[in-house]
Amino acid sequence: MPHNHPETELHNPQSTKPPLDPHLKALENEAIHIFREVAAEFERPVMLYSIGKDSSVLLHLARKAFYPGRVPFPLLHVDTGWKFREMIAFRDEIVEKYDLDLVVHTNPRGAAENVTPFSHGSALYTDIMKTEALRQALDAGQYDAAFGGARRDEEASRAKERIYSFRTPDHRWDPRNQRPELWNIYNGMIRKGESVRAFPLSNWTEVDIWRYIQAEEIPIVPLYFAKKRPIVERDGMMILAEDPRLELLPGEVKREEVIRFRTLGCFPLTGAIRSGATTLDDIISELETATVSERQGRAIDRDQSGSMEKKKREGYF
Amino acid sequence: MTAPAIANAALDDATEAVALPAQEPVRATRDSRPLRLITCGSVDDGKSTLIGRLLWDTKAVKEDQAATLQRDSNGKQNDLGLPDFALLLDGLQAEREQGITIDVAYRYFSTDKRSFIVADTPGHEQYTRNMATGASTADLAVLLVDARVGLLEQTRRHATIATLMGIRQFVLAVNKIDLTNYDRARFEQISHEFKELALSLGVRQVTAIPVSALKGENVVYDGRASMPWYDGPTLIEVLELATTRSAQTVGFRLPVQRVSRPGESFRGYQGTVAGGSVKPGDSVVILPSGMVANVTKIVTFDLVRNAAVAGDAITLVLDRQVDVSRGDMIAAIDSQPMTGLAFDAQLVALQPEGIQPGKRYWLKSGSRRQRVQVQPASQLDLKTGKWNHADELPMNAIGKVHLVFDEQAIFDAYEQNRTTGAFILIDPDTNNTVAGGMITAKRAALGGIHAEESRVILSLPADLADQLMATELFAGRREDVDVRRVTAGKAAEIIDTIDG
Repeated sequence: MPHNHPETELHNPQSTKPPLDPHLKALENEAIHIFREVAAEFERPVMLYSIGKDSSVLLHLARKAFYPGRVPFPLLHVDTGWKFREMIAFRDEIVEKYDLDLVVHTNPRGAAENVTPFSHGSALYTDIMKTEALRQALDAGQYDAAFGGARRDEEASRAKERIYSFRTPDHRWDPRNQRPELWNIYNGMIRKGESVRAFPLSNWTEVDIWRYIQAEEIPIVPLYFAKKRPIVERDGMMILAEDPRLELLPGEVKREEVIRFRTLGCFPLTGAIRSGATTLDDIISELETATVSERQGRAIDRDQSGSMEKKKREGYF
Repeated sequence: MTAPAIANAALDDATEAVALPAQEPVRATRDSRPLRLITCGSVDDGKSTLIGRLLWDTKAVKEDQAATLQRDSNGKQNDLGLPDFALLLDGLQAEREQGITIDVAYRYFSTDKRSFIVADTPGHEQYTRNMATGASTADLAVLLVDARVGLLEQTRRHATIATLMGIRQFVLAVNKIDLTNYDRARFEQISHEFKELALSLGVRQVTAIPVSALKGENVVYDGRASMPWYDGPTLIEVLELATTRSAQTVGFRLPVQRVSRPGESFRGYQGTVAGGSVKPGDSVVILPSGMVANVTKIVTFDLVRNAAVAGDAITLVLDRQVDVSRGDMIAAIDSQPMTGLAFDAQLVALQPEGIQPGKRYWLKSGSRRQRVQVQPASQLDLKTGKWNHADELPMNAIGKVHLVFDEQAIFDAYEQNRTTGAFILIDPDTNNTVAGGMITAKRAALGGIHAEESRVILSLPADLADQLMATELFAGRREDVDVRRVTAGKAAEIIDTIDG
């Protein structure tokens, strides 16, 4: 196990990489600082791991923060059962490779009642399989701090988040009454049952994430790279059509297209983009000229303006 | 355009832009770090509209976001056919309902010259705490005033808080200038008034710009067509050339966040360098114990480094077994922070209950959290700029206080180090953050009776200090004597000083 022999590990072969530019270095330092602060001040931290690009960066930063020790808290994956298959395979590979503790939770009520994005609609499905499931998992683990990969540039209500986001015992976020957060001094004092969501990537933008993935050679799910894949068009989105549970509606046809994903969630709710970007260079240059935002491919953001805030107030990440 | 040209443009009185000489030269090369700025000013001065305009004109608003914005504006467009920019910023439902900004929003945008993090902070007095939140990390403040209204008490409050927080670069955006028919005299009058205020606050650099955020004049694009009399920089030009916070001036500081003990063979102290630099071989002192050690290694994930500087998140390995725990500070031996039981500070009260005299709060600074009693001394009168005697500090007050600790506190002056000189106060009853503060000085030993003054400080070579502390005599005098372990050389130096 690498963490038992830190002395021999110190000269990492990665040291041949060119140094990070000062902007990414500053973001990295800030994130590491936050990781260490939370790990030191809370009794039972956990890291929410959604397997996407932000989670991959978050995990990489956690490994850096605690090196030469191992990551001192478990990863929590709230599995809706509707993730892309490649995501689950990737998750298991990473957990093995980096010697991580993984907790996987699926809402048993949702599984029993067979809640699906098709039968219940995206809003109710998300509420049960993500929000409720997350609350169950956090309660079960008695976690008092949960790291998340949310960035303030993603969405209007996220732009208002503190780095330490205080949550009541029933996981509610009160945007009108957040704790003032000055300098890099974080207030981690809570009562029993209360918790904090900590966001080390708050100040990162989508381009920063990609540039960092490139600079640090961080592994990511291959779905981010363009490839010919089977899709159907539904509600103006291109849905990946490889899962047998996806039933074609009248008039829908399965066809192959060269696509990739800019963001990854549950496959029925995540739209692909037409893209020929097969390398990180391609992705970054595509992004720099993109005219639409990252979250335009997410069905759950489109229910109504302010819907993310509403979900968050109820305990969604 | 080169950097000095802009600086000169700002300084050139012919432009009527107010400018005070910069103490630090504007860097000729671009700083690749993002510039962090806040916008502040009174409610309805148009802050959200200004940032919306910045985002819009720098193409940071994507097509789908623009479509949502058009939809949320309910077809309500201004006479230029543009949607309500404020809705880009005021993302909370309550904010949209009330048409005001409640909480600070952080936004990211860039030009081809630089990237920016802007904190859009609320104008309402009741949300001053959120303004202070934004100011604490900002390099520059954009203060808005409505050209028709002029400076308000809230403008003064924001300028004062920004100054206390160490911001030394200000842009005065005289907004809604279009609604005064581009009245040059009005702009000059407001600029002059603000210049007086800035001077009284000791602000280094102010650039005043007549702006119409709504029409986008002098924000990203110039407003020459409407204001031929103004030939100074646009807002974005000033922002592109502003400097980020300067490096800390004191010696090496590492507040210890965590001790890393992954196995028997490794013991490292993890934290973010809060000042100065360190390299293997350096002698350091651990505070508050005063123990001395030498740095053997600086460990990071990628490699063993040969130096670390302010801002670096590192793991430090020392050459001997010393007792170091979270909350301790590892510092340069020849440039140590102040330690003591009483300090003077300035603070901003952030919660409705204010700051109560004699109440014991938690104070957190760096990774150190300890109990403190706060004795308010005076409060700033924002109308007159005078400090008046005060026994307690209500919400939003800016006050001078004495901090009295029951165990050693470790600080630098905020002027010297923004990290080791800053703190927050936490109410132990509610766990809420009730104040943000800045250390001004270690409390003078004269006047008043405080525990600190009755303590004797002995600085001894480490081995002598250990011998002394092991004696029974010392066990009985622990409350009176503060023993610091230093190197033999340092002890000789101290003795020389005393003899001298």
